[in-house]
Amino acid sequence: MTPLKERLVQLEVLRYNPDTDTEAHFQRYEVMCQEEWVVLDALNKIKADIDPTLNYRWSCHMAVCGSCGMMINGEPKLSCHAFLRSYEGVIRVEPLAHFPVERDLVTAPDDFMEKLKRVKPYVIPKEKKPISEGEYKQTPAQLMKFRQYSMCINCMLCYAACPQYGLTPHFIGPAALTLAHRYNLDSRDEGRKERQEVVATHEGVWECTFVGACSEVCPAHVDPASALQQMKITSSVDWIVEHLIPGGKS
Amino acid sequence: MSRRPLIREVPPTSWYFRQPRYLRYMSREITSIFIGAYCVLLVVGLQRLAAGPAAWEGFLAALKSPASIVFQFLCLVAAVYHAATWFNATQKAMPIQIGEDFVPGNLISGAHYAAWAVLSFGVLFLAGVF
Repeated sequence: MTPLKERLVQLEVLRYNPDTDTEAHFQRYEVMCQEEWVVLDALNKIKADIDPTLNYRWSCHMAVCGSCGMMINGEPKLSCHAFLRSYEGVIRVEPLAHFPVERDLVTAPDDFMEKLKRVKPYVIPKEKKPISEGEYKQTPAQLMKFRQYSMCINCMLCYAACPQYGLTPHFIGPAALTLAHRYNLDSRDEGRKERQEVVATHEGVWECTFVGACSEVCPAHVDPASALQQMKITSSVDWIVEHLIPGGKS
Repeated sequence: MSRRPLIREVPPTSWYFRQPRYLRYMSREITSIFIGAYCVLLVVGLQRLAAGPAAWEGFLAALKSPASIVFQFLCLVAAVYHAATWFNATQKAMPIQIGEDFVPGNLISGAHYAAWAVLSFGVLFLAGVF
């Protein structure tokens, strides 16, 4: 078997220890890596062989769980999906932008989790049927209407890419709003009106200025920017019906 | 152990230098300044027209000055860039589903470009260019 090619990789990792530090600093590591490794492998090697105090989150190592999001050379990436061979020189690794840093590369997702809850990301049927009446059926065409938006892995890369979220933290943000859209489009769902109380507001879709960065960085190809623009159109139609058409109700 | 998370602030006036995609976004936003300025020029033109034939002729002469031509050229570039990026975005905002499939995005954007061409042709025709 041919031995795997190795190379010395330099990583500059942001360090912050809440118990001793008042601000963050960068620490340089040099680590021998195999050519086909990803940034997460390099971090694991650092933690195992060089510095066990380094903190970061990861789980699946296959771009499914959404735990290992980081800024890699300033770009939000899943570190398990960022191949070392794509980078030259020193690789700068920072925690996800726009989130408070708990320790080193670990961020606090509390704000996102709170916002996710507010958009009610679950099917809200008009009337709950008893199990004896069977399942809620759906055609393949009805499924395709929202399928793309159901692929979100809650990795929060879109929040780290969105300058609007960074500048105005009350913005509900790309992933949560996209999930609201996903359920609004679901033929089994009747919860759109409830979600509009959050979606069609200045902290909802109207805070989005369509930078489009969310869609560019999404590792699951969800395209949150498209979901938000579609919700702007439907929210505008609601407003027109409610305010400009006599007797109209949204 | 109590939590003491570190907040890393976003620089409010220079954030768009962080990423080329942010600069692209800002360049699109800046086109609106040129389009706004051109609207002001049109309003001034209307005002000159209302002021009588001499004022109108003066306005037309001013439009032909080198500075005015440069300004109008910049406005045209800004308007074309703004329109093209807008048409390219329409496929995201207005997906069309037929059965289980979606109409390809470039057809949706292409239809907007076609409508743009037809309308521009109509305006030029009404203006007596042909």
